[in-house]
Amino acid sequence: MGISQDHIRNFSIIAHIDHGKSTLADRILERTGLLTEREMQDQVLDNMELERERGITIKSQAVRTIYHAKNGEEYIFNLIDTPGHVDFNYEVSRSLAACDGAVLVVDSAQGIEAQTLATVYLALDHDLEVFPVLNKIDLPSADPDRVAAEIEDVIGIEAMDAPRISAKNGTGIDEVLEEIVSKVPSPKGSAEEPLKCLIFDSVYDSYKGVIVFIRVFDGSIHPGDPVRFMATGHQDEVVEVGYFGAGQFIPCEELSAGMVGYITASIKDVRETRVGDTVTNAKKPCKEALPGYKKVNPMVYCGIYPADTQKYPDLRDALEKLQLNDASLSYEPETSVALGFGFRCGFLGLLHLDIIQERLEREYGLDLVTTAPGVVYRVHKTDGTMIELTNPANLPDPSETDYMEEPIVAAEIMVSTEYLGAIIRLCQERRGVQTGMEYMEETRVLLKYDLPLNEIIYDFFDALKSRSRGYASFDYEMKEYRRSELVKLDILINHEYVDALSFIVFKDNAYERGSRMCEKLKGEIPRHLFEIPIQAAVGGKIIARETVKAVRKDVLAKCYGGDITRKRKLLEKQKEGKKKMREIGNVEIPQKAFLSVLKLDDE
Amino acid sequence: MMNKDCSIYIHVPFCARKCQYCDFLSVSGEEEAYRPYFEALLKEAGLYSKVLSQKTIQTVYIGGGTPSLVPSVYIKNILCKLKEMAPFETDAEISMEMNPGTFREEATEDYREAGISRVSIGCQSIHAAELEALGRIHDHADFLRTYEGLRRAGFDNLNVDLMTGIPEETVKTAKQTLKAVAGLDPEHISVYSLILEPGTPLYAKAEAGLLRLPAEEECIAIDEMTSAYLDQKGYRRVEISNYAKPGRECRHNVRNWECRDYLGLGAGAASLLDGHRMRNTADIRAYIKDPEHSLAEDHLLTEKEKMEEFMFLGLRMTRGVSLSDFKERFGRDLLGVYGESVRRHCREGLLVFGEDRLFLTERGLAVSNPILADFLL
Repeated sequence: MGISQDHIRNFSIIAHIDHGKSTLADRILERTGLLTEREMQDQVLDNMELERERGITIKSQAVRTIYHAKNGEEYIFNLIDTPGHVDFNYEVSRSLAACDGAVLVVDSAQGIEAQTLATVYLALDHDLEVFPVLNKIDLPSADPDRVAAEIEDVIGIEAMDAPRISAKNGTGIDEVLEEIVSKVPSPKGSAEEPLKCLIFDSVYDSYKGVIVFIRVFDGSIHPGDPVRFMATGHQDEVVEVGYFGAGQFIPCEELSAGMVGYITASIKDVRETRVGDTVTNAKKPCKEALPGYKKVNPMVYCGIYPADTQKYPDLRDALEKLQLNDASLSYEPETSVALGFGFRCGFLGLLHLDIIQERLEREYGLDLVTTAPGVVYRVHKTDGTMIELTNPANLPDPSETDYMEEPIVAAEIMVSTEYLGAIIRLCQERRGVQTGMEYMEETRVLLKYDLPLNEIIYDFFDALKSRSRGYASFDYEMKEYRRSELVKLDILINHEYVDALSFIVFKDNAYERGSRMCEKLKGEIPRHLFEIPIQAAVGGKIIARETVKAVRKDVLAKCYGGDITRKRKLLEKQKEGKKKMREIGNVEIPQKAFLSVLKLDDE
Repeated sequence: MMNKDCSIYIHVPFCARKCQYCDFLSVSGEEEAYRPYFEALLKEAGLYSKVLSQKTIQTVYIGGGTPSLVPSVYIKNILCKLKEMAPFETDAEISMEMNPGTFREEATEDYREAGISRVSIGCQSIHAAELEALGRIHDHADFLRTYEGLRRAGFDNLNVDLMTGIPEETVKTAKQTLKAVAGLDPEHISVYSLILEPGTPLYAKAEAGLLRLPAEEECIAIDEMTSAYLDQKGYRRVEISNYAKPGRECRHNVRNWECRDYLGLGAGAASLLDGHRMRNTADIRAYIKDPEHSLAEDHLLTEKEKMEEFMFLGLRMTRGVSLSDFKERFGRDLLGVYGESVRRHCREGLLVFGEDRLFLTERGLAVSNPILADFLL
């Protein structure tokens, strides 16, 4: 191929949501001449429909372009995009590990946010060269000098001379491109060493099988090479190697040290090609795998059921297909008395859950009932065994339970001093333990808290935003399991226990949660011809109750010969409404009632 | 199979002014349309002369709109024409609706000659504030004048329409209205709960929060007071909203609830004839222009739909439906078709069995919608 590593730049762009990452990526692709305007769809990198709508990157992506630098040389740029959400922290770290440098994009009006900071630290941990770019200088409220000072202050990297750009208007892009050449180090691998590649993503293609995204650190890889995936042990023969064009895969003869591209090997299951795993040559393997691989485990579980019980096989097929592309999605069949046959699904976080749920509904046309998400609790039984509890319904009898543990995360919250009190209160309400507080500058504080994961999975982010008027940002990572006083809160509707509504709650919060839950359900369950008690119970003891009063009047006063067809329609509508509900103990429960627990805090 | 007995409904879509709550087909200020409209009615009736000649007319109902608004001679003419075309039962019930704001003593002679045997007077309330809120064109004195005028003219079968759940109303004002009306001793009293129909001015006002409507509890108290009071005064509840002295129930309406045949004439009028539910165009101008091609809908009822209608219309009546009638009409046992719903609602005390009959309890009548919806198959 004759491309020396000196002329390769592997980098990613780090930015907070809305700070302009995708726009900058688009501009880079435009300027490097790879794309004509006609080919440009807005934001080339985010190629899932959902990603475009939400403005965030869900899966890693990569693209290769050619840049003609001012020094007359041609450079290969491999831009590796990273997911931008805490749910995908591990994926971010693996994408960064595939790079040699990173462009830090900061909104010159808003300054650094917690998520950015977390990613920057991650990049620095991987010895990446990080250089800042001040974006959105076209905004009237832009204050690049202040933000540059903040970057130097908080992160400790040189920022005064950072390019001041407007990715939207295309201002300053050339300067960024030159800095990529001068500041991102070239790869330093050896083509002579045994093959050593990092998997940073994979996608399933129905013709080619799994397409594995790799960064080659040492050696080279060709079609026909026998390869081994060191963590999973899977062995195969390479069918195709290639690099990333804009929105397409371009096959080539070889990928050698320093290059970024993909391989295919007729692999049928993405679970064989774990992100972070090392690919080596099966006949001439490298001595040790690249560091940093771990098997990611779901953090959040919930039950997903088809609204129409007949659609269970459709739901199973859809989950199977989604898993082809998403090794971090797990699911297993479960049954609920209230909801019938469905699946207990595991996700990396709430956003991940949201995305999967939306894809199931949108791409597979399924109407779903989702139960309240929960975290994985560890139940230590009196017989010395431990079970990982993903479904509250499976909680062993209290007499068999010694103690329970819940997952704790280390959270970092960046907030302006104005809202500091409100945010500290919020963290306290959520059982947070403060582990640190740093003034980043006079008006901004970095708060560090240990928080139980189950306190943040529902609506913490929303509460944070509303209590800080949007001026707080948040990031977290899994820290440890801690012993905790937890109980299962059960809900009874018309004296029938509804398994799908049970959830695990911190003991001291049980009464309040139970009361709120009953109140919420009272609002969701339509009045029937009889009175319906709604009760919350812990360990068989009722702790809260509400009553849905019986309907006492629901009648069509007039019905004569002239309007029988219309009256029929009204009755049909009434009957249709009933169909959309689940019947439990004579009570019709609307599907959205099952999500009531999610909304306990919206006042 | 042809049904021999038949009823006729005539729609008169004209009003002096449209009431605030009304979503029926009617227009106001179109006096020049009266004559062509009644000519169109005659033409449309002519279309059915052959069909009608083979039937026996049991009842006629002239509704609206405001039939008492148009010159009485039109009413007389159309009834004469119908009597020429079809044999009438000797004691056929011929009803017409009357708005007290349009009553003319001199018109009663035409009505008598035309054979009108029953008049339904729209009273609604005796209270000025309530009548005003409803947008009625008359006051209580107009009503009394109408009522007495009709009695003087010899009408011995009168209905008075009342309304409850109207703005400003309380149990107290409702009772005053009821007492005043029952004191006149009409043969029949209808009491309708106000329904706020989308598209009406009253609905818009309610949406905008401009109405002081009685709360649900108040409405329920009014309903309970109404049936108790009228019962005490010798009126039997016939249907959800209808009360009558024994033997004075409106035969026309009972036939509707029993799914018996009727021919509807006029714009927007509906018919049930030999298993067909039909409806004329609601476009009054189009109807006048070509009454012989005014049919806008024609639906042949399926057996399932017939069973459903038999139930959801029949159960509106306090005497409910007849098990043997069901069997005779459909060749199946009612319980074989509806066993599950019947048992459930019986258990809840909303439905009960009588000899050969199944009917709603008083509590069931008040919540009949969800129950009737269960009889859709």
